[in-house]
Amino acid sequence: MKKHVIGGIVAGALLALASLSAQAQDAIKFGVADEPYPPFASKDASGKWVGFEMDLMDAVCAEMKAKCELVPVAWEGIIPALQAKKIDVIWASMLITEKRKQIIDFSDKYYDTPHMFIGPKSVKVDTCPETGICKDWMKGKVIGVQISTAHANYAKKAFGDVAEVRTYDKQDNVNADLVAGRVDIVLADAVAMDYFLKTDEGKDFEKKGFAPNDPLYGAGVGAGVRKEDATLKENLNAAIKAVRTNGTYKQINDKYFNFDAYGTTPAS
Amino acid sequence: MAEPSYIELLGYGGPNGWGDDLLWGAWETVQVAACAYAVGIVLGLIGAGAKLAGRRAAFVLSDIYTTVVRSVPELLLIIYIFYRAPVALQALARALGSDSTIDLDPFLAAVAALGFIVGAYTTEVFRGAILAVPSGQMDAAKAIGMSWWLRTRRILLPQMLRYAIPGLGNIWLGTTKEAALVSVVSLNELMNAGKQAAGGTKDYFFFYSIVALCYLVITIASMAVIARLERWSNRGVRRV
Amino acid sequence: MLEAIADLYQQFLSGLPEPAALLIDFVVTLFPKLLEGAFVSIQLLLLSGVVGNLLALPVALARVSRNPLLRVPSYLFILLMRGTPLLVQIYILYYGLGHILGQIPLVRSSFLWRHLDAFWYAAAAFALNTAGYSGEILRGAILAVPHGEIDAARAFGMSKGLILRRVILPQAIRISLPTFSGETIALLKATAIASTITVYELLRVTNEAYAASYRFDECYISAAIVYIALSYVLTRAFYFAERQINKDRMPPRVLKVARPLESARA
Repeated sequence: MKKHVIGGIVAGALLALASLSAQAQDAIKFGVADEPYPPFASKDASGKWVGFEMDLMDAVCAEMKAKCELVPVAWEGIIPALQAKKIDVIWASMLITEKRKQIIDFSDKYYDTPHMFIGPKSVKVDTCPETGICKDWMKGKVIGVQISTAHANYAKKAFGDVAEVRTYDKQDNVNADLVAGRVDIVLADAVAMDYFLKTDEGKDFEKKGFAPNDPLYGAGVGAGVRKEDATLKENLNAAIKAVRTNGTYKQINDKYFNFDAYGTTPAS
Repeated sequence: MAEPSYIELLGYGGPNGWGDDLLWGAWETVQVAACAYAVGIVLGLIGAGAKLAGRRAAFVLSDIYTTVVRSVPELLLIIYIFYRAPVALQALARALGSDSTIDLDPFLAAVAALGFIVGAYTTEVFRGAILAVPSGQMDAAKAIGMSWWLRTRRILLPQMLRYAIPGLGNIWLGTTKEAALVSVVSLNELMNAGKQAAGGTKDYFFFYSIVALCYLVITIASMAVIARLERWSNRGVRRV
Repeated sequence: MLEAIADLYQQFLSGLPEPAALLIDFVVTLFPKLLEGAFVSIQLLLLSGVVGNLLALPVALARVSRNPLLRVPSYLFILLMRGTPLLVQIYILYYGLGHILGQIPLVRSSFLWRHLDAFWYAAAAFALNTAGYSGEILRGAILAVPHGEIDAARAFGMSKGLILRRVILPQAIRISLPTFSGETIALLKATAIASTITVYELLRVTNEAYAASYRFDECYISAAIVYIALSYVLTRAFYFAERQINKDRMPPRVLKVARPLESARA
């Protein structure tokens, strides 16, 4: 008997907890990738999320006059999390691509940075304009990318038939395997890679080239929302625009970078 | 900067002290495992009941449940249930007539996923345990006019417990280890704490070994408790 | 012939409403990729299963030995393997040991390093883990061999090694076969954990298929189906093996029809 009673209490408690969490609907849940991605988003020593994207998020929320809650979610599952309403906005350096637009909607872009290859200083790499790095050089090499990113898609499209494209769940692990010598070259966001190259670990590596503006790459980084959340998207767009025009964007931008993160890909 | 010593790395608080993160992670892990275990017990009782009730439909449903969980990797089940449970619960709520959006925080979703898995294993344990109780006892109870509820509560369940405890103990040990898999859906538990510490300091071997040690401690402590429980449940039983 | 099938398939698809056709087409093109991944899973299963179970033998023997120098380390090894999650073990090997090996210039520049990819780390972790679990199972089975047989063998003057080889082990394997089949299914499920360290087995292929298509249910449910199928095949194989091994112990088959003896022809 005790088992039944206890079992009943447990089940009841779980359902109660579930519905209790349903009450806290006022805050907009911003989903961030649960991994360090400096300088855009990472946890500092005290466990607080800091970075360019975090400051921008605070500014946008202030503009929207809404209460915002930060929810870290595994990058691979961030879109299912949005669909399951675990989060309301994806604010995780997600590129606006056609593929993604088929299932979710995006706000206007809030930054746009180029895509860079990095590799060991000691290895010479040939660059070609069509694909960034020459396909001939890529033969038999291992390219490290993060899974479910436009970088992964581009790498597979451009080099999938000659090189091994190895996907990792976190960008951190890609970098770790680059250092360990398991991958020959890495394709990722230029700014994030720049940050990595300046760290102790990245000192033996350098930029090798840029990926061209392939249509796979879409048009900059935006906030992901569910297709039915049109008002949320409007509010986000308005807030982003406001932040751009009233100078807050520039303030945050200059705190982290000496170039305009909103811009477009560089010439070289 | 001087290399922090290993003692410092495990310290509490401070810029280099990952000890508190690891402890918090261990606590989260135990919580997830315990809640999932509770859910699993409830599901197991229901599942065993379905298999023994004599109705074909219930048996088949329960059989599909145990077969799927037994054949499909836990990792896949956890990923699927974690991301789809809110949607499923939503549909359930809709069907029951409610209109609210059910919002499962990561902890509850992880508990649901892990509990679902544990439930299949406990189903088999309870089924075997219930079958092991001599049926003559239930017949005698029926003969003297006890209701089904009274019979189950006072004759079946207490005796079934003695047969179930070893199996349930093993399942608990398995649950604590499967809890490591929820790190893939980024809960703030021990494995992830270890990953952060290892990633931050690049000292992978050290921190993952510490994580292993934590799990070992949990396992050994659990084993001691289970042995105690087994001895308690077998009190008064004549040793063959 | 193949074109005819492809034609029929296209006709079938065009007859369906668009979403259903897209779905079926997606799943059909998904399966070959899944099967490739499943092939890697099976390779992992076979390699770590065989190596792990071979290792289980010395582990089990050490565990039952009277010599504490053998017994204690094997007990600790089994405790370690069974007391810690497989995920942690894999991480320790791939990230921990891998990082350490990567620091050693001699290993790093050798030609082996390129080929030492995640598959081998995963196989090593699984093999060790299997050695622990199977070692414990085998130990129980060895202890369960009827002591009378061992006594009889000794009475015959068989040496220890001979007794082990011809009496204890065959019986122990027979006794442990059912549990062992459960362990192998568990190993199949465990291969999915290798997906976390970039091994291209079934679950990882599924993750990638999802990342490329964003079709969550289709990908993961298809993968589940493949696992169920593999698991079923393994279970039947073991069932068959059990029947074969226990042929001498099966209950006699009962004649279904009582027939008068042929010779009673009068």
